[in-house]
Amino acid sequence: MISFLAAVLIVLGLFFFAGGSVGILRFPDFYSRLHPAGKLDTMGLLLSLTGIALYVVQDLTLSAILTALKIMLIVVFVFITSPTATHAILDAGVRAGLSPWTAPGKRGRT
Amino acid sequence: MNVENISPEHIPPVRRVRTSTLSARTRKGISFIIAFCICLATWIVLSGRFDALHLTLGVLASGVVALGAGTILISWRGLGRLPRQWLGFIGYIPWLLYQIFLANLHVLYLAFHPRMIELISPEIIHFKSRLKRPMSLFIFANSITLTPGTITVFVSITGEFAVHAIDEPSAASLPGKMEEKVARLMGE
Repeated sequence: MISFLAAVLIVLGLFFFAGGSVGILRFPDFYSRLHPAGKLDTMGLLLSLTGIALYVVQDLTLSAILTALKIMLIVVFVFITSPTATHAILDAGVRAGLSPWTAPGKRGRT
Repeated sequence: MNVENISPEHIPPVRRVRTSTLSARTRKGISFIIAFCICLATWIVLSGRFDALHLTLGVLASGVVALGAGTILISWRGLGRLPRQWLGFIGYIPWLLYQIFLANLHVLYLAFHPRMIELISPEIIHFKSRLKRPMSLFIFANSITLTPGTITVFVSITGEFAVHAIDEPSAASLPGKMEEKVARLMGE
């Protein structure tokens, strides 16, 4: 039962990863590509690693619990570093003077 | 950021440090003990071995780190409001996760939509946040970046934000409820 739940979570996570990759290929410019790259990955990682942690923790031994804790620590660190890295890349783009793509016929309100 | 633009009300109020009855030595000791416990717990989780050698190494390493960086990691000024902040954090994280999930679905929908290019209209929006403390601004900025559809481009210490939003619904949600939540969390 738990391994079934873990499998569902991992597949859902992979679906988010796939969406992220498709998004990177399809979005029009540097800035908008960062959206799927930086965030759909975080969600995919959260779901798939939760699934893996659930799978590992099935047999409730001490070492299994420690391994699950380590896996969840990875999620915590990615949640702290991922927005920072995304922001750093975007900031580099702004500093280099790249202007964002805007939809034709629309003027950005600033 | 122009220095002349900063008017007095933008500058965060300097909090008076409560003059404690404890000596500097005791404060250092308490910082050391807390930092030591956190380091040792991390060591034990990461090593997963309970024999004498590994535990001794862990105690030594945590001791060195806590001695060197204890007062940096655990600042005495923040200690008083730390428990309330952590409680607030525990309430904030599930809400943030739920928001991340909703917004992720939205970006996922955009990524797979056949006429995606007509739906999105990226723009950089500017707004002024009413948050004052640097830590609140930091949490708010990172929360914005974590929720898909919006990435923080720039934050100034006075609370001016520039945010890149992927489409109009994402842009319309700012600053809104998230700012309120962060403000309540940090007690502003």
